Amino acid sequence: MTEATSSLSASRIGGSETRSISKLDIGLKRRYAAERRFRTYGLVAVTIAICFLVALFGSIVAKGYTAFQQTRISMIVNFDANIIAPDGDRSPAAIMAGNAFRFDDLIAASLQSTLELDPNDEDALYDGLDLLSKGSAPMLRTMIAKDPSLIGTKRNVDFYATGDVDSFVKGSIRADIPESQRLVKDRHIAIIQKLEKEGALRLAFNTGLFTNGASTRPELAGVGVALVGSLYMMLVVLVLSLPLGVAGSIYLEEFAPKNRWTDLIEVNINNLAAVPSIVYGLLGLAVFINFAHLPRSASLVGGLVLTLTTLPTIIIATRAALKAVPPSIREAGLGVGASKMQTVFHHVLPLAMPGVLTGTIIGLAHALGETAPLLMIGMKAFIVEYPTTPFDPATALPTQIYMWATEPERAFTERTSAAIIVLLAFLLAMNSLAIILRRAFERRW
Amino acid sequence: MSAVQVATTFETVRTPDPASRPVKIHAAKVKVTYGQKEALHGVSIDIPEKAVTAFIGPSGCGKSTFLRCINRMNDTIAGARVEGTIKLDERDIYDPDLDVVELRARVGMVFQKPNPFPKSIFDNVAYGPRIHGLARSKADLEEIVVTSLQKASLFNEVKDRLNEPGTGLSGGQQQRLCIARAIAVSPEVILMDEPCSALDPIATAKVEELIDELRANFTIVIVTHSMQQAARVSQRTAFFHLGHLIEEGPTDHLFTNPLEQRTQDYITGRFG
Repeated sequence: MTEATSSLSASRIGGSETRSISKLDIGLKRRYAAERRFRTYGLVAVTIAICFLVALFGSIVAKGYTAFQQTRISMIVNFDANIIAPDGDRSPAAIMAGNAFRFDDLIAASLQSTLELDPNDEDALYDGLDLLSKGSAPMLRTMIAKDPSLIGTKRNVDFYATGDVDSFVKGSIRADIPESQRLVKDRHIAIIQKLEKEGALRLAFNTGLFTNGASTRPELAGVGVALVGSLYMMLVVLVLSLPLGVAGSIYLEEFAPKNRWTDLIEVNINNLAAVPSIVYGLLGLAVFINFAHLPRSASLVGGLVLTLTTLPTIIIATRAALKAVPPSIREAGLGVGASKMQTVFHHVLPLAMPGVLTGTIIGLAHALGETAPLLMIGMKAFIVEYPTTPFDPATALPTQIYMWATEPERAFTERTSAAIIVLLAFLLAMNSLAIILRRAFERRW
Repeated sequence: MSAVQVATTFETVRTPDPASRPVKIHAAKVKVTYGQKEALHGVSIDIPEKAVTAFIGPSGCGKSTFLRCINRMNDTIAGARVEGTIKLDERDIYDPDLDVVELRARVGMVFQKPNPFPKSIFDNVAYGPRIHGLARSKADLEEIVVTSLQKASLFNEVKDRLNEPGTGLSGGQQQRLCIARAIAVSPEVILMDEPCSALDPIATAKVEELIDELRANFTIVIVTHSMQQAARVSQRTAFFHLGHLIEEGPTDHLFTNPLEQRTQDYITGRFG
């Protein structure tokens, strides 16, 4: 038989000499041209994609970067004990209990001295007060309640300018349009210029953007509550969907008998991944809020709904990762007498871990940007206070973006873009974490 | 002659051992079906203790299928069904009361492609003893690992790098590591499914030498494609063809004086 084979191959070699490749047209030019064409298509596609990406990020950053700075007006405030605590009670409770308007007198006084106004010129005073955020008096009150030793002293205080003044200083409200159509009037501009010349009005880093909750006044609005809400939701999603998804996939992939029922389940899981997320929102509304009576607008409910949307992604990724583990490893485990469970948890799962983590982080990133189901369960509420537990009402980053996008003020427009930048930074951080974790778990074969 | 007639009228040609050894594994009328397809049509064989028994035959003849019945590895294949009886030391291994994990600790297996765990060399060998609780202390475990590696004639090559990954060894070393892993749990039987088919001739020679040494302490069943290998390492040989055990007998007898025409044709290379 070996002889037969060798004589056969010999005759093949002999045959190929008579019709040598070099004499035949085997379409080499055509084949190379096809390859070059394909490469060109790829290059063009990648270039277009990069252009779009640059345009997208460019426009968001161009619109949003100004929101990271904010106009402040710093003035020396005389913390007059007669105004703050007329009855002599300096306890924080008494300061917070009183009428906030009395603190307006403090602001008026310091404004008059800063602008060197005639004490009797009320119009000039009101024009000056127009520049300051309406949140200034409550801000002073909180400041004093936190530190009653301020009473009786003179201190430099940074006040927020209103959103419109902020927009004017940043140039998004232009001075060359007619005064009647302009939100910042000529008399205000005069004061702004005067304050600028004195160095009282300046741009500073906008910490409030990250720490404040919702506000109808753009200068006081921030994504703080939304950040905390999103963080809580991500924790709920991680804690629920990772173990459930991984355990479910291990059962389906390694233990469940392969029959019509498990096929049906598999098809349905794949279909669930494609269900519009708003449907999950409706489900969450019906089950978690109407039936289980969980608190409305809470990050727990948001997390539960997002868990539902994330589970199919995690299950599909985990099953793919488990399938990719070579069967020889399972045989090796079983061969030395490990039980099925030991084989899976000691050998198969560690090898599948990089894939599982990648799937989980992709699922989480998806959940982080999910908006529609959160609108259904009321997570677009106006929340000023920080949630302390996942049971408290909160908003999420995408719903906050959605709410700000519907506001007309210039200052909200830039904050919308700024919030998108924050969301993208959050996503980038999560994806980097995924890459780091995958590297850490990867094993060489 | 139809396949059904073959299945019902088939008779294996047997030649007894000149030096009789006690029987370790007794199989009677073992049939295996995958779904609708019958892969093994009633195989009966006695496998002697502390000797090497080789299964030879062309691809798809059922020799690996039969081997995987002996430690119930076929249980892991969906749709596989095993009929007949296989007894290990007079005990039916398909008895529902028998624990399959315990069986696999007693009947170790080495696979065609070296499949070390992606862990250190030490952990590869220590895994079996650890899960079965065979070592009482750390020193105990180290001793088991070292003796297993020595028995697998691998220790001298790896003694300085026990903490390096087992997957970093050469193919032949990996296969000997797998053998060390199998013998670390002190099995009574070692099943080898074409253990040298992925190895070069030098590594093959080392593994064959090792098999010859191991036969003093273990019952070894080896499936091989290479008739030369069967002739070199085994004491008994069984020839499988199309799901039947055609002939079995002492290796030298089977290779020099086969009683069946098909055995004769196969070992002289007329089909394969």
